[in-house]
Amino acid sequence: MSLAELLQYLVTGVTVGSVYGLVALGFTIIYNATGIINFAQGEFVVLGGLIFYSLYVAAHLPLVAALVLAVAAVALIGVLMERLTIRPLINSPVVTLIIITVGVSVLLRGAAKLIWGPEALPVPPFSGEHSLFVGSVAVHLQYLWVLGLTVLAVVGLRLFFDHTIVGKAMQACAINSEAAQLAGISVSRMVQGSFALSAALSALAGIVICPITLASYDGGALLALKGFCGTIIGGLGNGLGAVMGGVIIGILEKLGIGFAPQGYAGYQDAFAFVVLLLMLFIRPSGLFGRQRTEGI
Amino acid sequence: MSAERKREILGFAVAVAIVAALPVVTRSAYWLSIGVFIALHGIVAIGLGLLLGYAGQVSLGQAAFYGMGAYGSAILTLHLGCNPWLAMGAAAVATGLIAYVIGVPTLKLHGHYLAMATLGIGIIVRILFNEGGHITGGPSGLPAVPNLAIGGFAFDNDLRMYCLAWPIVFLQVVFSRNLLRSRLGRALRAIHDSEIAARSCAINTAKAKVMVFVLSAVYASVAGSLYAHWVNFVNPHPFSFPFSLELVVMVMVGGAASIWGPLIGAAALTIIDQSLLQLGHVFPIAEDLDIVLFGIIVVLVLLFMPRGLVRGLSSQEAERRAG
Repeated sequence: MSLAELLQYLVTGVTVGSVYGLVALGFTIIYNATGIINFAQGEFVVLGGLIFYSLYVAAHLPLVAALVLAVAAVALIGVLMERLTIRPLINSPVVTLIIITVGVSVLLRGAAKLIWGPEALPVPPFSGEHSLFVGSVAVHLQYLWVLGLTVLAVVGLRLFFDHTIVGKAMQACAINSEAAQLAGISVSRMVQGSFALSAALSALAGIVICPITLASYDGGALLALKGFCGTIIGGLGNGLGAVMGGVIIGILEKLGIGFAPQGYAGYQDAFAFVVLLLMLFIRPSGLFGRQRTEGI
Repeated sequence: MSAERKREILGFAVAVAIVAALPVVTRSAYWLSIGVFIALHGIVAIGLGLLLGYAGQVSLGQAAFYGMGAYGSAILTLHLGCNPWLAMGAAAVATGLIAYVIGVPTLKLHGHYLAMATLGIGIIVRILFNEGGHITGGPSGLPAVPNLAIGGFAFDNDLRMYCLAWPIVFLQVVFSRNLLRSRLGRALRAIHDSEIAARSCAINTAKAKVMVFVLSAVYASVAGSLYAHWVNFVNPHPFSFPFSLELVVMVMVGGAASIWGPLIGAAALTIIDQSLLQLGHVFPIAEDLDIVLFGIIVVLVLLFMPRGLVRGLSSQEAERRAG
C-alpha cells in the first residue's frame, strides 16, 4: 500500500469515524443521565437521514432549514420516547429499561419502513460532487461537511456543558442525581433534555452521512453498534473518549479493508465487533477510562 | 401433595393434552408446521426466559446461537458425513463453548455489556454465514441437510417432526423447572432479589449467570439443529438480528420469570407472524406491519403488564380475589 492510499483510507476512516463518534456521544449522554444503554440510538440516526431526505430532496427546502428542522424533529421524537416509555418505567430494573429501548427501536424502524419504504434513498451531497485534492489524496467536499459539523457539535456541546446553567445542571445529574435533586435541579427534566440532546446529535450524524451512505430504514442497528464500540473504547460515560473511540473505530475499519486480501471486504462490518469484543475482554473500562471491573 | 404441586402437574397435563390434540384434530401440513415452529421457538425462548427472568440479563444474539446449531448440523453432516444426532450434539457443545467465552468476561462486568456483546456476536455470525464460501454456501445457503432418523425411521415430515420436537420441549420444561429448584436455581433467585445480598451469602453471582447464559445458548443451538434437519436447508436469513429481537419479544410477552411464559409467548408471536404473512398475500402492506407490531407489543407489554401475560394475568386474578 502506498502512502497516498494509506492517507486516503485514513481520511475516509476519520470521516466515517466522526459519525460513529457522534453516535457514541449520543449513547454517552443518555447513559450518564439514566444508566440506560439506549438501543434506539441507531434509529435516531436513521430518522435524521430520512426526515432530512423528505425535507431537502422531496420538499426542496434550503439546506440549512432542512437540516435544522430534521434535527429538531428527531429531538422531539427523543423527548416523546422519554416521556412515553422511559419515565413511566424509570424505577424498573435496568434490564427492563434496556428492553423497552429495544422495543422503541423496533417500533421506529418498522414505522420508518412503512413511511419511507424498504429502498435506500439517494441524497445529493451538500456541495455537489466535487473533491478537494491534497497532493494525490482526494477529499470529497461532503467529508468536509461531516468533519466540520462534528467538530462544531463537539465544541458546542463542551461549551454548553461547561458554561451554561442547564448544561451544568445536566452534568450534576450525571454525577449524582440525588444530590442534584437536593440542589433544586429537576432531574426528570434533565433526563428529558438528555434524550433531546442525544437524539439531536444522532440525527445530525445521520444527516451529514446520508449523501455518502444513502438514507435507509435498516441501517440503524449497525451504526448504533459501531457507535457503541466507540463508547466502549472511550470508556462508558466519557464523552470526549466516546468521540475519540468512534474515530478510532472508523480508522481501524477502513484500514482493515485496505489491508484485507481480495474478496474479504464483506467482513468489514465484522471488524468493529471483533474490536468491541476484544475491548470487553481485555480492557472493558476503555482506553481512556479507569479500570473498574467486578471480581468473578 | 401440596396444592402448588397439584397445580403444577395439572398445568403440565393440560399443556401435554393441548399439544397432543393438534395432530388428532388436523393433519394439515400447514398447522403442523406452525406447531413445529412454536416448539422450536419455544425451546429458544425458554432458555432466554431463564436468562432474562432469573439472571436479569438480556441476550440480543439468541438467533445467532440458533443459527450456529443449524449451520453446525448442516456443515457436519454435509461436509464431514457426520451422523445427524452426533452433529446436533457437537454443534450444541461448540455453541455452549462460544457462549462461555463471551459470557465469562462480559458477565463479570457490572451492567449490561452482555447485551451489546451478544448483539456483536449476532452480526459477526451473520457475516460469517454470508461470506463463508463453500463451507456455509454463502447467501444461498446449504441444501439437502439430512433428516434425523432412528434406525430406519426418519423424522422426514411435519407430523413426525412435531412428535419429536414437542417431547423435547416438555423434557426441557421439566429440566428447567428442576434446575430452578437446585442450588443454582436458588442462587439465581437470590441474585434476582439482591445481587449484593447473594454475594454476601457466598454465591458466585458471575458464575451462576454464565451458567444460565451457556444453557440458553445450548437450548438455542439444539432448536437450530432440529430446524436444519427438519427443513433440510439452511441460509443466513432466518438467523439475523430481527429474529433475536422477536425472541426477546416472545419472552417479554409471555413473562420471563416463569417457564411456561416464554412458551406461551412463542406460540402467540409465531401465530401473529404467520397470520400477518397470510394477510400479506391479500394486503401487501401487512407484511411490513410485523416489525411495527412487535415494537408496539413490547412497549405496551412492558408499560402495562411488565411481568408478561402469565404473571400479569395471575397477579390480576390474585388482586381480584384479594379485593
